Amino acid sequence: MAQSSSHHSAKPAEKPKSVQLFVTCMIEAIRPEVGMAVVRVLKRLGVQIEFPTDQTCCGQPAFNAGAVPDARAMARHTLDVLSRSASPIVTPSGSCADMLVHQYPALLAGDAHYGPLAEQIAARTYEFSQFLVDVLGVTEADLAQTQGHESVTYHPSCHLSRGLKVTEAPSQLLAATGVETHALNGANECCGFGGLFAVKMSDISGAMLNRKLDNIEASGAKIVVGCDVSCLLHMGGGLHRRGSAITTKHIAEIIS
Amino acid sequence: MTNVTFYERVEDALNNEQLHVALNRTTARLGGLRTTAFASLPEAEAVRDRARMIRAHTISKLADYLEQFAANLEQCGGYVHFAADAAEANQIVLALAKQYQVKTVVKGKSMVSEEMHLNHEFEHLGITVWESDLGERIVQEAGEMPSHIIAPAIHYTREQVGDLLHKKLNIPLSHDPAVIVGHVREKLRQEFLVADMGITGVNFAVAETGTIALVENEGNGRLTSTAPRVHVALMGIERIVPTLDDLSVVLQVLARSATGQKLSVYTNLLTGPRRSPEADGPEALHVVIVDNGRSKVLGTELAEILYCIRCGACLNACPVYQQIGGHAYGSVYPGPVGAVLTPGLKGIEPWADLPHASSLCGACKEVCPVRIDIPRMLLKLREEGHEKGLAPAWVKMGLPVYRFVATKPALFKWAIKLSGMGARLLASAQGKGGWLTKLPPPLSGWTQHRDFPPFAAKSFSQQFKEMSE
Repeated sequence: MAQSSSHHSAKPAEKPKSVQLFVTCMIEAIRPEVGMAVVRVLKRLGVQIEFPTDQTCCGQPAFNAGAVPDARAMARHTLDVLSRSASPIVTPSGSCADMLVHQYPALLAGDAHYGPLAEQIAARTYEFSQFLVDVLGVTEADLAQTQGHESVTYHPSCHLSRGLKVTEAPSQLLAATGVETHALNGANECCGFGGLFAVKMSDISGAMLNRKLDNIEASGAKIVVGCDVSCLLHMGGGLHRRGSAITTKHIAEIIS
Repeated sequence: MTNVTFYERVEDALNNEQLHVALNRTTARLGGLRTTAFASLPEAEAVRDRARMIRAHTISKLADYLEQFAANLEQCGGYVHFAADAAEANQIVLALAKQYQVKTVVKGKSMVSEEMHLNHEFEHLGITVWESDLGERIVQEAGEMPSHIIAPAIHYTREQVGDLLHKKLNIPLSHDPAVIVGHVREKLRQEFLVADMGITGVNFAVAETGTIALVENEGNGRLTSTAPRVHVALMGIERIVPTLDDLSVVLQVLARSATGQKLSVYTNLLTGPRRSPEADGPEALHVVIVDNGRSKVLGTELAEILYCIRCGACLNACPVYQQIGGHAYGSVYPGPVGAVLTPGLKGIEPWADLPHASSLCGACKEVCPVRIDIPRMLLKLREEGHEKGLAPAWVKMGLPVYRFVATKPALFKWAIKLSGMGARLLASAQGKGGWLTKLPPPLSGWTQHRDFPPFAAKSFSQQFKEMSE
């Protein structure tokens, strides 16, 4: 499969045997089945999973609220947790990956210890679909057994596509599974989540969500697939409110 | 700003059906045109990089280039005035009106004049002002502010425009844009001929020649700047480019970003007033260079906002702007660029809500012709607001607690368990199969428009541990 774009200047010379899973707080608490799907996929591809159990939250809620000292504290904690092992870090979330890759180095630039550490961690952190395509070089044969899903449409979440510039990998993975994929009108428009934005500016966020859901319903797909559980939770919450039969799934659940 | 809060303005906008029709029509059209226009520009990304470099370089040496521009303009017979703020700029313009015994003014588009509320000032003195840009004329006749940087009347449908101008300008009723324009043109012709003073904005001021570049599509800018006796051009201090070569680069991305045109219909390069033996042009040219808060952000983390070339692409691309339009922002500059400019230039209070009116989706940064990192600056302003204690109480109190919990793994897991139990308890009373349909404040915003899914019975940590055993 062709490689998508990436922030990593130096890719690992050989395929890593083991990765650290940064599972994200959303998956830990609300959608653990996504984390388990990630584990199954990686294992099937011959990658061992390290799961540092003291991981918590990357700190994005505080960061997006402008609470920089709080965000820094959570970033330092996460860096401590992830720097004990030299293995690459894989996280099934575009926005958490973007936080580790782009925001941590900026947030801790003035810190003699954590600044360089943030750079090191950023250089070996990958979003799940990006890791599969760019690092593991997953082929269609690897995904041949993952068929039988209902039709899907793919929502490219903002931090994944605009932040990490991962625009091709998810579609390539979906194509390789042979799942029936419907085009999504206005695919690149934000679903309106934005963390606390959805709570504080609920009405604007809700209007954005409704436009997204109208497009999803018009796509004819039975499942919305994404690479960010937070956005899926937002869209899923809106679909549930509408009484829609459309469900949301993380891409790992489609290919596991 | 009025006493109406941001949230109230948003509410009004979201409930305005007609506004949505108008915004959907135009933002989608402009966004599509922009994409097509850049597709036809060879090495478009390199041109954008070059334009960004020019803007960055200019802003880093702004004082030098302003001095050079002023000297060269004076060399060509123009007059230069510097104004520290809007009040000073108004004094200068009104003094000029007095000096030239001006009774009527015809105006081209100028966002700086909006910062100054100049039309108001003229009205106080009994001087008549005619807006000559059609969009500006519509909002003037409606007694409103522009709601978009380049499409001031974007919030109107053509039907509303026809009705409004029929009433206000006494022209025959029509909903056909071409017919409406034809009638307005007849009115405007008279105004251009009668007006004593023409006032325009400035898209770019070229330091090496003292030239001002005026970009427009209606020809009104050309007439406004050349027909009346006196031409007054208003510009922000940042509107400089060093050379004509640089101008050619930024012009390549301006019209493409703004309206999807390769070049606007009129690109006027004005270098000084009429000189003998020329037959056309104003007798006098005055350029008023306005700071009005801009120099405050020079050298700060917000300086990048001064790279802006006022194309409006970020407004068209912004999913928030698309929903609420320009007036909801309550400031002269709406949309993503306004959410940085307004609190940046005027101070975070009372504008602290604007940087939060974004999901940080990055669409603005993606389309910006000079790649301004607007999300980064929105975050910077959020930081400033948070430091100054302007966040809602629940955020101020909640985040330190969240931080405390999230840096203690055992406590974090316990907190998730507790939240799950609480959610289940609440959900069981709501009877929607474990989903929460009504959350208590401050989280009630979530359930205004969406349900919240059940917490997992077993966390990922537990499931992973059990699998590994």
